[in-house]
Amino acid sequence: MVKQLYYEDVEIGIEIPSQTRVTTTRQLVMYAGAEDDYYEGHYDHLFATQMGMKGVFNHGWLIAAFLAKIVTDWKGDEGSFKYFRIQYRAPTFPGEPIICKGKVVDKYLKDGEHLIECEVWAEDEKGNRNTTGKVVLSLPSRSDRRDG
Amino acid sequence: MIGKEVGHRVTEIEKGAIKKFARAIDDPNPLWQDEEYAKRTKWGGIIAPPTFIAYCKTELPQLNLPLKRLLHGEDEIEYYLPIRPGDVISSVCKIVDIYEKKGKSGPMIFTVLETTHTNQAGQLVARNRISIIAY
Repeated sequence: MVKQLYYEDVEIGIEIPSQTRVTTTRQLVMYAGAEDDYYEGHYDHLFATQMGMKGVFNHGWLIAAFLAKIVTDWKGDEGSFKYFRIQYRAPTFPGEPIICKGKVVDKYLKDGEHLIECEVWAEDEKGNRNTTGKVVLSLPSRSDRRDG
Repeated sequence: MIGKEVGHRVTEIEKGAIKKFARAIDDPNPLWQDEEYAKRTKWGGIIAPPTFIAYCKTELPQLNLPLKRLLHGEDEIEYYLPIRPGDVISSVCKIVDIYEKKGKSGPMIFTVLETTHTNQAGQLVARNRISIIAY
């Protein structure tokens, strides 16, 4: 379904197509159930405001999932995640756009695998990065391709 | 405290749990939920999306810190094998680091927990580290 990306197609500096997400409190409740994470800051307004937040805030792992999705949608089915690091620099809130972006910062061969390193991040409408991360992917190579 | 095992959990991975997770993150990729589609890929069947590893967490240990608020600072995951429906994932969590930093409003204590996940065949599936900030 997704066009397959090959190691040879990737150049350092190219951008991963961005996606903009906006969560709702309903999605946070769905996510809490799906991840089995019932920390009150994600659904209890009073609890969140007593923490000093302006209201319930998005799960860090949910933003991580949005960042992972721009990569999985781009890489095709055959590539695989080797490493993922996500740093939560500022909380994000339902109703506010989360613009997920990424770019390729390195590519190399290691232990027979064709690896690429990407920087990924989520920013708000003003361009402030609230979540930053790094992904290492293993991609298929056209030289490994077998016909038939 | 450092090096101490603080949690252990065995999670049976149901296809429905992966589907529910994919729906919650609003990711319709058929690789996470369409068996017929997934069979034709190199994976040979459904696999879980990359951040599904969060589902296999152990209970957060009681850290007994003299601070009220907790925040999630960072996650780091090393992947070795995909998680598949039917897997039985055994997750062992230990404390790998604790350190203090001065924050704007007082001390902040960082606790780093590392969880190692293995499947029913004893193969390493993933290792993840989470950094929790108490302040």
